[in-house]
Amino acid sequence: MLSIKNLHASIGGKEILKGINLEVKAGEVHAIMGPNGSGKSTLSAVLAGREEYEVTEGEVIFNGKNLLEMPPEDRAREGIFLAFQYPVEIPGVSNVNFLKTALNEIRAYKGLEPMEAKDFLARLKEKQKLVELDGKLANRSVNEGFSGGEKKRNEIFQMAMLEPKLAILDETDSGLDIDALRIVANGVNKLKSPDNASIVITHYQRLLDYIIPDVVHILYNGRIVKTGPKELALELEEKGYDFIKEEVGA
Amino acid sequence: MANELLAEQISKEYEYGFVTDIESENAPKGLNEDIIRFISKKKNEPQWMLDYRLKAYRYWLTLEEPHWAHVTYPKPDFQNIIYYSVPKQKKQLNSLDEVDPELLKTYEKLGISMEEQKRLSGVESRIAVDFVMDSVSVKTTFKETLAEKGIIFCSFGEAVQEHPELIKKYMGSVVPYADNFYAALNSAVFTDGSFCYIPKGVRCPMELSTYFRINSAGTGQFERTLIVADEDSYVSYLEGCTAPMRDENQLHAAVVEIVAHKNGEVKYSTVQNWYPGDKNGKGGIFNFVTKRGICLEDNSKISWTQVETGSAVTWKYPSVILKGDNSVGEFYSVAVTNNYQQADTGTKMMHLGKNTRSTIISKGISAGFSNNSYRGLVRISKGATNARNFSQCDSLLMGDKCGAHTYPYIEIKDKSGIVEHEATTSKIGEDQLFYCKSRGIDNEKAIGLIVNGYCKEVLNKLPMEFAVEAQKLLAVSLEGSVG
Repeated sequence: MLSIKNLHASIGGKEILKGINLEVKAGEVHAIMGPNGSGKSTLSAVLAGREEYEVTEGEVIFNGKNLLEMPPEDRAREGIFLAFQYPVEIPGVSNVNFLKTALNEIRAYKGLEPMEAKDFLARLKEKQKLVELDGKLANRSVNEGFSGGEKKRNEIFQMAMLEPKLAILDETDSGLDIDALRIVANGVNKLKSPDNASIVITHYQRLLDYIIPDVVHILYNGRIVKTGPKELALELEEKGYDFIKEEVGA
Repeated sequence: MANELLAEQISKEYEYGFVTDIESENAPKGLNEDIIRFISKKKNEPQWMLDYRLKAYRYWLTLEEPHWAHVTYPKPDFQNIIYYSVPKQKKQLNSLDEVDPELLKTYEKLGISMEEQKRLSGVESRIAVDFVMDSVSVKTTFKETLAEKGIIFCSFGEAVQEHPELIKKYMGSVVPYADNFYAALNSAVFTDGSFCYIPKGVRCPMELSTYFRINSAGTGQFERTLIVADEDSYVSYLEGCTAPMRDENQLHAAVVEIVAHKNGEVKYSTVQNWYPGDKNGKGGIFNFVTKRGICLEDNSKISWTQVETGSAVTWKYPSVILKGDNSVGEFYSVAVTNNYQQADTGTKMMHLGKNTRSTIISKGISAGFSNNSYRGLVRISKGATNARNFSQCDSLLMGDKCGAHTYPYIEIKDKSGIVEHEATTSKIGEDQLFYCKSRGIDNEKAIGLIVNGYCKEVLNKLPMEFAVEAQKLLAVSLEGSVG
């Protein structure tokens, strides 16, 4: 589904990603862990198409298409979804209107008619339940006045509504209490299918107690330095990131 | 990226910039008493009207152009303007078939289909349109239907002929010719406009609308609108404006007066889309307008809603004099400036009566190299006990080359008055745009969403038919301003 080869990216002339290689297949959950400043958020931003980052080398193929040539909105329309670490507030725009616009833009890209109002409402109700989101939140402005936990749940709600092929969760666990964490993880797990995949970016092992990854990658200094089964996350938690630093001889 | 967006914007710039190739009859350029007599004669006016014009003209000669607004522009050469330009018509028109086909095309381009209007006459939501092109009202629809209820809706020129007693009574009663430089000029040379009278106890069954269009080169447009809501009556009035793209600056100096009697209510909505000039600030309309309403008697209400996207320079303060007790004044405004546009706009709420209330919601959006100022006065006079005002002035900046300014003036002469003022300034963020894009929404739609969200409180006040147009207009006006 996603194939990243030798990806280099920099911001303001400073190289952050120094040759990332990653293969994600449909049905898989990949966890990317790493210390602060290792390039985790940069990777998610580059995949989603944030323009401040310059890709200097490498390629990213998503379902047979060159992702790096697409503007961010087309990447979303092709099925990439980024759950933001810091979701953005859009005052005066209701969640419902925002999602309806997004959903119909994605449908239009695929040559589909806008969704019927009643189907949209049905989907809205169903997905709200999934993330235990208060019905009122759907009618409020996008993220405006939401608590940290509500914002994160809203990200998962949007993801559920848009049904992406590849979801990238950027530190979705940060700032969540244990209940919110459970709800968010539960949402992600329920959305899992043989046809889609997710990349879970996290600093801590905690989230991986709830979302069980198939593969764990450790990102350090702009490179994936270690890849292993889910137990790798536990090892990392136990030994701390220093063991990686020692191992790669940094 | 930025270049692409810019290119896109240039190609789409201003939708209404066409010129209708229509024969028109013009007065010679320039301004003097003979020109005024010429206009008055062309309009077949009674002596009292001519006298009023001349009085205004002589007073205007003693005035200096005002300079207090936060705008700069070359002083208009008042001798280089055509003050009277009329699309040529051979004879009195009885049906649409007799209208110049070029003119009908203009209507269509502007989205006013007269035929459609006619066909829709059985439908609940209807709009009666008065269409003013250059100096003259071309066509008013639904006149007969309205007349059945005693509502008068016609061109100003016609009202002078048919309803002189109403014109004499109300014209200049809210905006006297001595009010300011441009009001005086307008009083001297105005050529047409709309007049509307809602009799006692009548709720106007449809939206009344005037569509202003400047077409001829070198002309100025000076129209007057007068709306009178008698006791226990209600009317919702819409005003739309467009002009062709021309390199020269054209002057538009209008006067709008509203009078609301006891329990009367007038809702006045404007979508102002005069040509704003090109991306380098060349050309565009100078829009110097005096709009004022008076809540003359108790429990009356006047509400202004404006969406201002056009004009090179705007100078406009729709105001309410709250004279009657318990009267209500409202001002809801969205003002957008892009490229080199300048706007100095706001309102005045003058509280004279007891328990009078006013609300001001102003949303300014600046992009490009533009300057956008809110200027508002809230005055609570002595004896206006328990008067209340709430003002909210928000500014949104797009990019870092534009300016937003707020000049609130508050004068309270009565201790029981309560005035609240809130103001915010924010910047449309790359973060917001990227967030939208990451959900599959492209740049243009994203700006539309964000801006419409920001203006929601004001757009909600517009009648349905207008709200949709206004939303689209906002998106178009700001296209390419973030990239």
